[in-house]
Amino acid sequence: MGQTMAEKLLARAAGKKEVAPGELINAKIDLALGNDITAPVAIKEFARIGVEKVFDPERIALIPDHFTPNKDIAAAEQVKLMREFARRYGIVHYYEVGRMGVEHALLPELGLVLPGEVIIGADSHTCTYGALGAFATGVGSTDLAAAMATGELWFKVPPTIRLVFTGELPPLLGGKDLILYAIGRLGVDGARYAALEFTGPAILALEMDGRFTMSNMAIEAGAKAGLIAPDAKTEAYLQGRARRPYTVLRGDADAPVLAEHYIDVSTLEPQVAAPFSPANVHPVSSLAGTVLDQVVIGSCTNGRLDDLREAAAILKGRRVHPRVRLLVIPATQAVYRQALKEGLLEIFIAAEAAVSTPTCGPCLGGHMGILAEGEVALATTNRNFVGRMGHPGSKVYLSNPAVAAASAVAGAIIHPKELGEVK
Amino acid sequence: MAVFSGKIWKFGDDVDTDAIIPARYLNTSDPAELARHCMEDADPTFSAKLSPGDIIVAGKNFGCGSSREHAPIAIKAAGIACVIAESFARIFYRNAINIGLPILEAAEASRCLAEGDRVEVDLEKGEIRHLEKGEVYRAVPFPPFMQELIAAGGLINYVRQKVKAT
Repeated sequence: MGQTMAEKLLARAAGKKEVAPGELINAKIDLALGNDITAPVAIKEFARIGVEKVFDPERIALIPDHFTPNKDIAAAEQVKLMREFARRYGIVHYYEVGRMGVEHALLPELGLVLPGEVIIGADSHTCTYGALGAFATGVGSTDLAAAMATGELWFKVPPTIRLVFTGELPPLLGGKDLILYAIGRLGVDGARYAALEFTGPAILALEMDGRFTMSNMAIEAGAKAGLIAPDAKTEAYLQGRARRPYTVLRGDADAPVLAEHYIDVSTLEPQVAAPFSPANVHPVSSLAGTVLDQVVIGSCTNGRLDDLREAAAILKGRRVHPRVRLLVIPATQAVYRQALKEGLLEIFIAAEAAVSTPTCGPCLGGHMGILAEGEVALATTNRNFVGRMGHPGSKVYLSNPAVAAASAVAGAIIHPKELGEVK
Repeated sequence: MAVFSGKIWKFGDDVDTDAIIPARYLNTSDPAELARHCMEDADPTFSAKLSPGDIIVAGKNFGCGSSREHAPIAIKAAGIACVIAESFARIFYRNAINIGLPILEAAEASRCLAEGDRVEVDLEKGEIRHLEKGEVYRAVPFPPFMQELIAAGGLINYVRQKVKAT
C-alpha cells in the first residue's frame, strides 16, 4: 500500500521506512522559524531548558516582521530581545528592516525551505512552504524553544485530504480564488488535524507565487499542512536559490486518503470571504457594491511579485476612489526592489496608493493601516475575524489582488471585468 | 490539582485566537497584561467578571487561527482552571498542553453545559460532573505520550529531563 506525501515527508524526518496516520513520531527539524511576536516567548522558554547552544545556528530563522519597523517601545523591546538572542547564539538567518521581508515570502525567496524537508515555525502560516513540497507546519513558542534546543519535535501523523482542481482557471483568478473556494467548501475546521494535498491540472498551471498563496491558507481550513508535489516549476524556482541539497518526495497514487474532492475551476468567479470567517466565501458578484474605506494589497498570502503585477495591471492609468485608502505592501525587500524596477511602484503611487516597506502590519491589526469602528476593508490577506485589522466593530473582506485593486478604484467591491477600459 | 470545581462561561464554535487575545496586545508577552485582555473581542467585560477557577466551555474548533501561545497564556493567567470544548484547533491544543493549561475534548459536556453551571472536573479520569444535576460527561482520553508531557508539567520540563539524561 502506498504512502501519501505527508507520510513520506514525516517518515523521512523520523528515520522510519513508513508511518501511518495517528502515529506519534519524533521528527528531525530542517528549519525552525520565529517572529517578533512568537520568538520572545520562545527565547524565555529556551532559557529554562538549560542548554548551552542551539541545535544548529544555520537552521534557525528569526524574522521580526509583525510590528516592524518597530511601532512602539514595547515592540522595539521584543525585537531587541530577538536581536540579542540571535547575536549570542550566532543565528545566521536573522534579518531586520532593510534586509527583511514577511517571513513566509522571505524564507522561500532565500532558498531556506526546500522540498522533502520538515519545517516548523511559530506562526500559523508556516504551512506556506508546502507549496515547495515540504512538510511545513505552525506551532507555538514553546515548541519553537524545544526545536531550537534539540532540533526535534513530536508530531501526530495526519491523514490526507486531497483536493483535485480540474479545468482551466478563467482570467483574473489565481491561487487565492482556489483556496478561498476550497475553504468555503471545507469550513474553518473541515481539514482540522489533516494534511491538505492540492493537485490536478489547475494546480500544475499555477506559477509558484499562486501556489504559495494556496498553501499559505491551508491553516484557514484547520489543516496541519498544505502540500503541492514539486514539478518543473518548483525546480526552476529553486535553481540558484536552494541553500542545501534536497530530495523531492511525492505521494504514491494508491496511497489511502481520508477524502478526495474534485473542484472544477473553469466556471469559477473571483471569490471573496466576507466577515467574520475565511470560510464565509461568496462569488465576487454577490458582494458587489459593498462600500469600502480601505484596501490592503500585501501580506504572506498575496504580497509577492505576481500579486503586485496583477494589481498594477488593473491600477495602470487609473486612480484610487477618493473615499478609499489603498495600501500596497511588497512582502520582501527583493519584491519591493523588483517592483520598483518594473515600474509597478510608479503605477501605485500615480494611482494615489500608499506604498510601504515590507511588514505584516495591518493584516493582523498590528500597525500601518488600522481600522476605526464601522470601517470596512478589502484585503488580500488571510483572516477576517472580529477585530482582525483594528476595531472590533470594523470589517474585513478577503480577495485576490486583482479584485482588491479594482475595488479600490471603484470604491466598492467589484468584479475587475466590470471596471471597463481606462479612460 | 487533578480535581477541582468551577463556574462555567459558555462560548460557541470556532472561537479564534484573535478573539482570545487580539493582536494589538501582542507587543508584550507579560501574562498579567495578556490576562487583562482575555476574550476581549468576544466579550469586552470578560476579564472583569471572572473569578479564579472558572471554566470555559466552548463548541468545536476552539482556538483556531494564529499560533500565538499568548492565547492559552492569557486564559491561564486570567485564572481559568480548564477549557472544555467539543474540539480544539491543533496549534492551540499543542500550546495548551505545552504550557500546562488543562484542556478537555468532551462533546457531550460542550452540548449539555450552560453558562453559570457549576461542574467538578477530574483531569486524570477525564470526567466532568454537573454539580446540580449530577450528570457525568466523559472527555476523550489523552494518548500515553501526551499524558507523559502533562505529568512532566509541560514540554519544557519534559525536554529538560530528556536533555539532562543524554
